[in-house]
Formats: sequence, structure tokens, C-alpha cells
Amino acid sequence: MKLLVCIKQVPDMESRFRPAADGLWFDESDLAWRMNEYDEYAVEQAVQLKEQLGKEPELTVLSIGPDRVVEALKKALAMGGDRAVHIQDNAAHLKDPWQIASMISRYAGDKGFDLIFTGMQSQDRGSAQVGVLVAEMLRIASATTLVDFNYADGLIQGKRELEGGVKGLVELQLPALVTCQLGLNTPRYPTLPNIMKAKRKPIETIAADELLSEGALAPATKFYAPERKAGGMVLEGDLSGMVEKLVGVLKEKTAVLR
Amino acid sequence: MKALLVCEYREGQLLETTYELMTFADQLGAEKAAILIGDEESVPQMDGTVYLAEAAGCGEYNPAVHKQVVLAAIEKEKPDYIILSHSSYGWDLAPRLAAALKIGQVTEIVGIVEDGFEAGCCNAKMRRAVTPSTSQAVLTVQAGAFAAATPQGAPAVERIDISADTQGVVFKGYEPAEKKEVDLARAEVIVSAGRGIGKKDNIPVIAELAKVMGGELGASRPVVDAGWVDHSRQVGTTGQTVAPKLYVACGVSGAIQHLAGMKKSDFVVAINKDKDAPIGEVADVLVVADVMQFVPALTEALQK
Ligand SMILES: Cc1cc2nc3c(=O)[nH]c(=O)nc-3n(C[C@H](O)[C@H](O)[C@H](O)COP(=O)(O)OP(=O)(O)OC[C@H]3O[C@@H](n4cnc5c(N)ncnc54)[C@H](O)[C@@H]3O)c2cc1C
Repeated sequence: MKLLVCIKQVPDMESRFRPAADGLWFDESDLAWRMNEYDEYAVEQAVQLKEQLGKEPELTVLSIGPDRVVEALKKALAMGGDRAVHIQDNAAHLKDPWQIASMISRYAGDKGFDLIFTGMQSQDRGSAQVGVLVAEMLRIASATTLVDFNYADGLIQGKRELEGGVKGLVELQLPALVTCQLGLNTPRYPTLPNIMKAKRKPIETIAADELLSEGALAPATKFYAPERKAGGMVLEGDLSGMVEKLVGVLKEKTAVLR
Repeated sequence: MKALLVCEYREGQLLETTYELMTFADQLGAEKAAILIGDEESVPQMDGTVYLAEAAGCGEYNPAVHKQVVLAAIEKEKPDYIILSHSSYGWDLAPRLAAALKIGQVTEIVGIVEDGFEAGCCNAKMRRAVTPSTSQAVLTVQAGAFAAATPQGAPAVERIDISADTQGVVFKGYEPAEKKEVDLARAEVIVSAGRGIGKKDNIPVIAELAKVMGGELGASRPVVDAGWVDHSRQVGTTGQTVAPKLYVACGVSGAIQHLAGMKKSDFVVAINKDKDAPIGEVADVLVVADVMQFVPALTEALQK
């Protein structure tokens, strides 16, 4: 069985974001990078499946982006991936989901993957499109937002998370693609021995040009900070002063603490 | 300009979000038609045409079938925009439509801007304007971003009969929400713990503040996913919707899915070390501080 996990490297969301000079995406300087949170669940699920099937499946992890994304690939290898594919693209952030999906599906097209995992969305762009687009381009079944995953005999039994705590029960026949939601499992931390082992695992590099033949269908035209609503009070500075102020405000403005 | 609204229907009922799509379409200045995969009784109240396919024959949600039904309606209506909610239904179906028609898609729209659509990004901290370059486009609209229109009017109902193949994904039914340990919807005060509290051991500190304030402990999703507190305490789209008199968010960033669950609170206090955290958008008071220093100090002051 051949497994593919698509991962993205994103900035720490607690960062301060500033528009880059072109005004289309954020300025990358001074950002700390990590694996997209949703993708950690995807990698973990693939590794668990590999363990379940007695290490028979081969697990490829793929990421599109500049050289820094190799760090995220190495983490995925240390979590249990067998090999990595780096689609080298310094302009990945300017590509729309359609283009990203077309590159992935072009890569995956002739490799015969039985099961593909992606995160349900990226934390930075949040389009939630790439996974399903890849599946549609490859003409395979897909299900999104999985919070439960079980595999046996070519059949996936999954739970999709709907709104308000309700879940949808789905069944998919391989080949298939699933997008993973927070809480699907508990992503493991790579151990030191596994980090060392990962260093010997192969990372193939492919130039983006070799895979890209599609233009953007929905490009971004501007990146900016939201307009701040005025009105809210901001307390800053010394701790006891802030506590005192807040208690005063709560007594005055809410019926709760009177 | 024409818009085709894809109604949302679950467990035999039309969902309220359908009416939000109408407001969005009106703001675009579009002429509206809708497609409902449901039943005759659930047809939305609006003017124009509603294409109706019976859910009994199509499945409440079978992606392959729903894709074909909506494509059939698109074929008849020839809309400029195909509009869905950015929900578990919408984000699953929308890319299938975009792929079939090879057209642009914009997701999680929160506004309409001069040169396109405004979407949140970077965990709601920033915005992007996105402009489809195709003449037709699929749009998904963030729940709550546009107020629901008042149901009014009576549409002409046109039936679509599809005997589609159901291969691929099979929908097996619903699993109801878990039993609640607490009913946050009734709480007058909720003090919520977010990931910013750092670790499970810190939960009692937040719970203590909730107790002193006479309220309940709430939580954001990562806190629940990590098993620090029970799921019934999760506030947000996939947790509970709450409307307390006072909501205190401790180390919660204010992602859109969390805000959706608590923005009806009367008075919101946020404690966050990041002055730019999006929770500041809805907070009446934003305390810029380390939550684990501030909360014990506040609890102590209130105990006096
Ligand atoms: C389909 C879907 C459904 C979802 N449903 C929900 C839902 O129902 N409810 C929900 O909550 N989320 C939901 N989410 C997840 C949501 O997108 C966010 O990931 C989540 O709300 C973030 O939780 P948080 O604010 O606790 O954590 P983070 O976003 O990690 O934020 C932590 C915050 O704490 C602050 N902080 C860190 N350390 C300190 C400190 N020492 N002192 C003070 N502040 C500190 C940081 O500045 C930051 O603002 C959903 C996501 C998806 C895709």
C-alpha cells in the first residue's frame, strides 16, 4: 500500500504579521516556522495506519515551498514517514489553491497512491480547498474534516465533524483522500533516535516548473490587517493596577459582580 | 449578475445559514435562485426559482450525488456565482463544484471589497482580498459574517430528478452530539481557558476564577482536544453557542470558530499577552498580560 501525506509549513500564529512589499502576502522576515497543525494530525494518522498494517505501507510526505520547508519534511520523517518529496517553489505563497492542488495531483498522478492524507486547511491561508481539489483531479473519493479514522480491508470508516457536536459517519473505498481535523488523534513528538534515523531517509527535490501547468483561478490581490473596531478598553502595564481597574469596570458595567 | 445559493439541509431541516447566503447575494446585487436537496416543506421562503431535488433519493449528503445535482442546477441557471456556507457541508462540496467546472473558488468570505472578496487568514489576524479570474466562481461564506435575511416570498419550485451513482463516499448517518456534562448555554458567567494557559495543570487556576465569579469553566478547542477538559465545555462552532452576561477569555486567540460561539455574550473580557490577538475585536476589555499571572491576582482580588 502506498500512502501520501501533503504537509505545509506555516508561521507560528502568535507572530506579528506585516504585509510584504508586494502587498499580496506577509513579510517572512522574523517569523518562526512549524508544521501546519492540521497536517500533524494527517502525518500521525498515516503513521498509525502504517503501524497497524505491520509497516508494510510506504509513506511519502510531500511539501511545496522554498528550502525552509525541508524542516517540516524532516519532522514528518522523524514522526515515521519513509521518504519525502520537496517541490521546490520560492513563489508557492503566490499560487492559488487550484495551482497547488494541480501540482500535487500531477506529482501523484502516476504513482498509484492508495490513500492520501492532508490537513483540513492551512492555519495561515485557511482555504480548505487543496485536499478535495487533489482528490477531484485524481478522480478518487474524498471526505473532509475527519475526527475519527478506521481502516480495514480496503475500506475506511470515518467520522466527519459537523457543526454543534454532530458527526457524519462515512465510508470510503480506496483509493481515497481524507482531510484531517484537529483532535483526530494525538500527534507524537519525534524521539531523538527517530530524528537521527530520519536524517538518512531520502528527500527528493523537484522543481515546481516541472509540475505546474495551470494558471491561478482565484488569485489574491491584497493582504492587510483588519480594520480595528474602536471602543474596547485596553489595559496594559502593572499587574495590580490592571486588576483594580478591571474589578472596577466589572462592578460598574456588569450586573454579575455587584 | 446571477447567484445560485446552495441551501443547507440536515436531518430533515433547512438550516438557518441559508438565509445568510441571501443577504450576501443581495449585497452583491445579484439576482437569486437556490438549489435545495431536501424536501418540499423545507423550501426556503424567497422570490425566484428554487430547484428542488429530494434528499430521500439523493442522500442527505452524498458528495458525488450532491455535486451532480448542483451541477444540473448550474447548467439550468447559468449563475455567475455559486454560493455556499463555509460549513462542513460547504467546504466539502464547494471544491468538487469548482473542480468539475474548472472555475475559481474563494472560501471563508467575511466581506465584499472593492476588487473582490475579503477572506480571513492567519488565524483571523489578517485579511486577504481574492478576485476570481474566471467568469463563474464558487464562493463559501463564513457563518455569521452576514446577518440572516428575513424569510419572505414564495419561490417557483422546479424539480431536478437525478439517479446518480453513489460510488465513492457513502454516507452512513449521523451520530448525535455527546451528552453534556454542563449546559453552558444557561451559564451567566463563563470563564474560558485557551491554549495560552500553557498546560493542563493550570486548569484549576482558571476554574477557580470561574467559581469565584459564580460561573462555569469553558474552553477553546485545543484545550478540549488535548483532553484538559470535557468536550461539553467547548465553546464554538463545533462546541456550544453561549450567551452569558460575562465571558472571560483566558489565553484564547479568538479564531473565527471560537468567536462564532461566544460573540453574543453581553460583556467580554479577554486576557492575552498579544495585544493584536483577534479576540481584542470582540472584547469590551482587553487585558494585555500573562494569563497565569493575571488570573490568580484577579481571583484573589475578587475573594476579598
Ligand atoms: C472546522 C473547525 C471547527 C472549529 N471549531 C472550534 C470550536 O468550536 N471552538 C474553538 O475554540 N475552536 C474551534 N476551532 C479551532 C480554531 O480555529 C482555533 O484553532 C482555536 O480556537 C484556537 O484556540 P486557542 O485560542 O485556545 O489557541 P491559540 O489560537 O493557540 O491561541 C492562544 C492564545 O493565547 C495567547 N497566549 C499564549 N500564552 C499566553 C500567556 N502566557 N498569557 C496570555 N496569553 C497567552 C496567545 O497570544 C494566543 O492569542 C475549529 C477549527 C475548525 C477548522
